[in-house]
Amino acid sequence: MTKSDRVLTAEMIAEIQALFPRYPLRQAVTLPALHVVNRHLRHVPLQAVVEIAELLQLAPAQVQDTLTFYGFFKQDAPHGRTRAWVCRSISCALRGGEEMLEYLCQKAGIPAGDTTPDGALTLEPAECLGACEHAPCMLAGDRLHKNLDRDAADQFLRSVRSNAVETGESVS
Amino acid sequence: MADFEPVLLANIHLPDSHTFDVYEGKGGYRALRKTMRELKPVDVIEMVKASGLRGRGGAGFPTGLKWTFLPKDHPGPVYFLLNADESEPGTFNNRILMEEDPHQILEGLILSCFATRATAAYIYLRYEYPLALERMQRAVDECYRARYLGANILGSGYSLDVTLHRGAAAYICGEETGLIESLEGKRAWPRIKPPFPAVEGVFRKPTVVNNVETAACVTQIMSRGSDWFKSIGVPPPADNPRDAGSYGPKLYCLSGHIERPGCYEAPLGITVRQLVDQYGGGVWRGRKAKAAIPGGISMGLLREDEFDCPLDFSGPGRYGCLGLGTAAVVILDETVSIMDYLYNSARFFAHERGGQCPPCREGTSWALKILERIRAGRGRLKDLDLLAEIAGSIGIIPGTTICGLADGAAWPMKNALSKFREECEETIKRTNPKGWMVTDPVPALEAGITVHELKAVH
Ligand SMILES: Cc1cc2nc3c(=O)[nH]c(=O)nc-3n(C[C@H](O)[C@H](O)[C@H](O)COP(=O)(O)O)c2cc1C
Ligand code: SF4
Ligand code: FES
Repeated sequence: MTKSDRVLTAEMIAEIQALFPRYPLRQAVTLPALHVVNRHLRHVPLQAVVEIAELLQLAPAQVQDTLTFYGFFKQDAPHGRTRAWVCRSISCALRGGEEMLEYLCQKAGIPAGDTTPDGALTLEPAECLGACEHAPCMLAGDRLHKNLDRDAADQFLRSVRSNAVETGESVS
Repeated sequence: MADFEPVLLANIHLPDSHTFDVYEGKGGYRALRKTMRELKPVDVIEMVKASGLRGRGGAGFPTGLKWTFLPKDHPGPVYFLLNADESEPGTFNNRILMEEDPHQILEGLILSCFATRATAAYIYLRYEYPLALERMQRAVDECYRARYLGANILGSGYSLDVTLHRGAAAYICGEETGLIESLEGKRAWPRIKPPFPAVEGVFRKPTVVNNVETAACVTQIMSRGSDWFKSIGVPPPADNPRDAGSYGPKLYCLSGHIERPGCYEAPLGITVRQLVDQYGGGVWRGRKAKAAIPGGISMGLLREDEFDCPLDFSGPGRYGCLGLGTAAVVILDETVSIMDYLYNSARFFAHERGGQCPPCREGTSWALKILERIRAGRGRLKDLDLLAEIAGSIGIIPGTTICGLADGAAWPMKNALSKFREECEETIKRTNPKGWMVTDPVPALEAGITVHELKAVH
């Protein structure tokens, strides 16, 4: 593997290494390191896993094992520039959460869990987002959308498409 | 209850309530400074013990007692893990505390660490709380600057470091040993106990795990005294002297079909009906309630005629529920189908279980398949027996699994099947008029076939 095939940038490596003093064992930096890479690349390709393992002095299989346990990190392709989690757990479901997910998927033209072809949006079904008093709700990037209805959903999709992404450049 | 004054939520409506200046301006960190000046760790433990505080994370274990399980004279280090993974459906009180009053939590955290002689603390924060993360991080930074964290806190000789650690959207990381494994960088598979974390926890060292609200209670106990804390709530029921009582204020989360959903502080022991009427403004749209989840979805279900159930540590259990759990009350109005509720619950647990114990892994998966089949109009009365069999055989209580997630998966089924039996049977008969009585084995839904396709075939 030549140097140019490597995916972790010096910046990512520095971010990960800065966490080492916080933990007595390097393996504990696995999840934080995956988050660092995911924040930059919107996914964690296998090559990144290998490089994280090198940094943490682990076997790649150990990092990969942890990664796959959390359905959170995509590996094959980046998630959309905005990643939206639509809650379908009980309090939201009682107030139309599942219908909102269905509606958003229809309007965006993708099944839940997928990314729009232009790479703008990934729609994820979510379990309780811990914001049940605002049901039904959705977390898009760092922004919580409360009491979601069709109008709010339309507006959200417009903003995502026009790329005036109200969620800021935060794409995590 | 008229004279009850909220303390945990007393400041959340102030402008900039999350900042150090506002918190200190309101008398915050006075208890910490006094403790560092005048008290020893054992004094803090004694005060927390005397207060009767029980953990707010779901299990209700007495906090002071848990701390005394740490080995004496251990060379250290001792670790303290603040459980901020809050993922039990219906629950959001930890989020509100972290967003609006993070310093109240940090003061309690520092006091708890001092009491347990922990020198490093990790706050395991669920991924979906970006605002809580930002505010907790800011609060931690402010504490370092004020010398409430770091080396030699306020000249006491005691040192403590706090690190925020972000989860990755997995409910099972909230179970304390799942949390430990996750923090260590592994899959969040809960550990077999014993050894308990107090003896061998994270990084194989003695470890305390406490909930965010528990830490906030420690702050209040250390500033107002154990007697004050114990004057709120309810003593053990007369017929159960082994009960540790239910003392102090509690943050109740109210959501679902309610006029004013929100987080309300009330004395432990308030009833579901009082919560709905006095705080929640009644059932939404003037409808009638059908049932309520008493403490997060894992705890099961109360019928409307059981709404006088007191929400203390032993109340829901007396009504056949699993327990008080997180005290997150979700109201279901009369239009809700119990089968829909069951399906929602089963989907959650089948999705969130860690998967290491076969009874839990298979049981939650099959329960979901059966409920999908019923939804597709292919249910049989026999399915209710199958669900009951699963519910009766998975969990710590029957002794077949490592952690309590499986008990939480079982309870909604148990309660729905016994408290709403008629409705369950009626639904199946109505939706499968030709086949509801069949008892021969039938195939599960074939993988990949959706409910819609099945309905079309049918
Ligand atoms: C499946 C499962 C999920 C849990 N999730 C949480 C959680 O998100 N937050 C929490 O504080 N406790 C949770 N608990 C309870 C913890 O295991 C533990 O009892 C608690 O954090 C101890 O803190 P406390 O004594 O202050 O309540 C969970 C338990 C189980 C079985
Ligand atoms: S009971 Fe379920 S969630 Fe708990 S450890 Fe076993 S498989 Fe995992
Ligand atoms: S159920 Fe949707 S946020 Fe809790």
